[in-house]
Amino acid sequence: MTGRKVVGVNVRKVEGHKLVTGAPAFTDDIEMQGMLYGKILPSPHAHARIKRIDTRKAKALAGVHAVLTYKDVPRVPHTTAGQAWPEPSPYDTYLLDSKVRFVGDRVAAVAAESRAIAEKALRLIEVDYEVLPAVIDMELAMAPGAAVIHDEPDSTKIYDRSHNIAGYILREIGSVEQGFRESDFVVEREFRTHRQQHTPLEPHITICWLDPNGRLVIRTSSQVPYHTRRQVGQILQIPVSSIHVIKPRMGGGFGGKQEMLLEDICGALTLASRRPVKMEFTREEEFYMARSRHPQRLRMKMGVKRDGTVLASQLTVLATTGAYGSHSTTVQGNTGSKVLPLYRAPHMRFECHVVYTNAPVAGAFRGYGCPQGFFAQETLVDEIACELGMDPLDFHRMNVIRLGDTDLLSAQLGEGKEGLPRVVRSCGLPQCMESAARAIGWAQKRKKFPSGHSHLRRGVGMACTMQGSGIAGVDWASAFLKMNEDGSFYLQVGASDVGAGADTVLSQIAAETLGVTLDKVIITSGDTDITPFDVGAYASSTTIISGGAVKKAAGKVRAQVLEVASRMLDAPVDQLDCANNEVFTTCACRKAVSMTDLAMQAMYKEKFQIMDGASHFNTDSPPPFCATFAEVEVDTETGQVHVLHLASAVDPGTAINPMQAEGQVEGAVAQGLGYALTEELVLDADGRPLNPNFLDYKMFGFQDMPKLTTILIETDEPLGPYGAKSISEVPINGPAPAIANAIFHAVGIRIRKLPIRPEDVLRALHAERPANLDEEAMFAL
Amino acid sequence: MKTMELRVTVNGQPRKWSIGPGDLLLDVLRREGFFGVKRGCEKGECGSCTVLVDGRAVNSCLMFAAKVQGCEVLTIEGLADGDRLDPIQGAFLDHGAAQCGFCTPGMILAAKWLLDKNPHPSEDEVREAMAGVLCRCTGYIKPVEAVLAAAKQPAKRATRKREPAGVAR
Repeated sequence: MTGRKVVGVNVRKVEGHKLVTGAPAFTDDIEMQGMLYGKILPSPHAHARIKRIDTRKAKALAGVHAVLTYKDVPRVPHTTAGQAWPEPSPYDTYLLDSKVRFVGDRVAAVAAESRAIAEKALRLIEVDYEVLPAVIDMELAMAPGAAVIHDEPDSTKIYDRSHNIAGYILREIGSVEQGFRESDFVVEREFRTHRQQHTPLEPHITICWLDPNGRLVIRTSSQVPYHTRRQVGQILQIPVSSIHVIKPRMGGGFGGKQEMLLEDICGALTLASRRPVKMEFTREEEFYMARSRHPQRLRMKMGVKRDGTVLASQLTVLATTGAYGSHSTTVQGNTGSKVLPLYRAPHMRFECHVVYTNAPVAGAFRGYGCPQGFFAQETLVDEIACELGMDPLDFHRMNVIRLGDTDLLSAQLGEGKEGLPRVVRSCGLPQCMESAARAIGWAQKRKKFPSGHSHLRRGVGMACTMQGSGIAGVDWASAFLKMNEDGSFYLQVGASDVGAGADTVLSQIAAETLGVTLDKVIITSGDTDITPFDVGAYASSTTIISGGAVKKAAGKVRAQVLEVASRMLDAPVDQLDCANNEVFTTCACRKAVSMTDLAMQAMYKEKFQIMDGASHFNTDSPPPFCATFAEVEVDTETGQVHVLHLASAVDPGTAINPMQAEGQVEGAVAQGLGYALTEELVLDADGRPLNPNFLDYKMFGFQDMPKLTTILIETDEPLGPYGAKSISEVPINGPAPAIANAIFHAVGIRIRKLPIRPEDVLRALHAERPANLDEEAMFAL
Repeated sequence: MKTMELRVTVNGQPRKWSIGPGDLLLDVLRREGFFGVKRGCEKGECGSCTVLVDGRAVNSCLMFAAKVQGCEVLTIEGLADGDRLDPIQGAFLDHGAAQCGFCTPGMILAAKWLLDKNPHPSEDEVREAMAGVLCRCTGYIKPVEAVLAAAKQPAKRATRKREPAGVAR
């Protein structure tokens, strides 16, 4: 830790100035000569065949330059999931198809000279549908006689299309049967989670044009520029070399932009019209035509010894991916592989069916299957601890994964295939628990049971969670650095800053390694013509994987810098060091050369540019850890739950920029609070979204946030650059179970369904209100 | 389509624009290159398009451009004094209050509106004044800290009041 000058420092974001001054940095912030406006005709039906589609009137409308239906485009089964090739998600999606599978599915697309003309053209497209029976309820998807959603013959990698099963997973470590037999107590409960939407403030947007060489340029708000380039090439059947993807500043992604959603159709409209085309989702479209979090039904069973030792855990999940299988098995695989190993049980079993329904498509979303799994597991664990008469904190202290442990479930359950065993090489979870417990006042508040006769009852609850840092053996990144005459460095990374601050963190890693101040690093990220490859921003990978590549590349460049300095200072390389934009001798007779003089020497005297690149990947995915503690107040007359205080303590390894790391926790907690209490995209019986707007879909706002205590417990991860792991996902997992457990502490009811709405709390209070609510005895069940 | 002439002062500069009667202020400002005005929902629900009209924070997606005839509009582009950031902008950088930055212009202008009328707000007053701006990245903690920190620099704030160039009212 000693002597670091840039890493671990709360520097201002390198990209901050343009953001606070409103500089034109985002995808939409350009105006192009002759740019058309592209628009999709969404399906009004959840499940239908297009019997007849007539676009003649739309094409004849003045100002319309292209109208596309399935008849006009190549039919290439693919996935929209922005995953490394070969993608584990089913190839079940088409640019345009003769069948529609959810309300909002693509029927046709137009490009016109204005948005108004494009919208008018959509109304002029005549479509006759054969409406098919729809499957909206995931419980009915596998039932005999249920409508088959993917009956097309050419889709691939679907587990069992005749039963609408997109994917199936079964993994077991040890023998849960034996584990349950040897347990003193076995508890099994069912949990339900819902559809949350990412709602980045910048909806999906793409602008395409043809450059002077006829190459297709795609300017897009994407977490995965390289995967998008590959997939668009596959879908439009043009070479990857003829595509240039540019990711400008992104206005948030949260996993929703780990998806190729507009780039293919926008590119197709550009190729058809030979004009620049802009496509964007309206806010309403973003809610149901983009992606959401997978709803799940989880049955969780745990066996423990009388002393609280966990022997066996079993999680059985039914999830729906909606109409297409984007991220279907991978998200659900995470529900098992990242959740169950939190406890050191020798026996674990995870089984999951992911089914198709005629509903909006689910996809990657911050947490990637973990918020669902941890809600079930941590609520069940709290119940078990209370049943045993144990403090849940003691139960966690006793059972959670420790430094040096190997998680074997991860070895069985990787990214859609076998994975790699996960070894815990850094672990701040015990300190996370103790710090957050102190912050919330656990010891005092847990003892002081809700008493008195007020209708307002208070309680505290907790949850522990973990995540990964990149996908082991899959995610990789590269970086390139070159030195300029003034001693500054261009840093080129394929990494895609979603808005979380990766550009700053990666620049800090480069500056630290090179011994220069942060202003000497000029970063370009996510441009497929300019920057080297990176799988993209997902799976909490950017700091550890892309950062690893930056550190390696900077190490190589530093070696070149030292060689030039060695000649200039007439000193051996091993007696040189760099800091504060100069290279100096470490011996007593201190000699130094500035980076500027050094660069001039290299470029104009020695005639070479100091530059190098490197690639990086890991065969393990070090887990960041998080302890979330919540204090709530429950109104027993209305069922309203107010979170009074939430403490989130996270072990991210080294925090490269602690201020930004805190910001990740705070943002994840806000999203996690919405997931727990207020956010749900609701569908009617026909699969139509009922609340696709910010008034009816309630996110937490300025006035809704509780008191929040953010704690960073830094550890030193051997596999991460400067000891860093990751932070942006793990804190989203804790709020829901911590709040549910605090509600139990406050009023003695167990809520096992999200979001926790006042009506559900009230119903539960009336249904199972214990007679002895006011007595302390109830907690020693 | 029928057009009308809009005379408006934007960031201190008098402008004369030809607009349609149904054009929204958001669309006109972006069309004229003020890209700091963000399109987040077009329904007045997210606040990303916030600008100040005669000092008052409004959702430019809900206002007809014709309504700002003769008014003074401030967008995020007009807040800094040359290279000198407004203290709110500086505080947003120092406190890590901007993450993706998409809602940041709306937040900063809502904060300016607040601090102009109430230079020493309480935390609750900050939260109330900024409640019209939604953010998905920050959890609102650091933006609140930033606005409260900016409020502690009244001298700096006072010095950067600029005289608008004259415009016919």
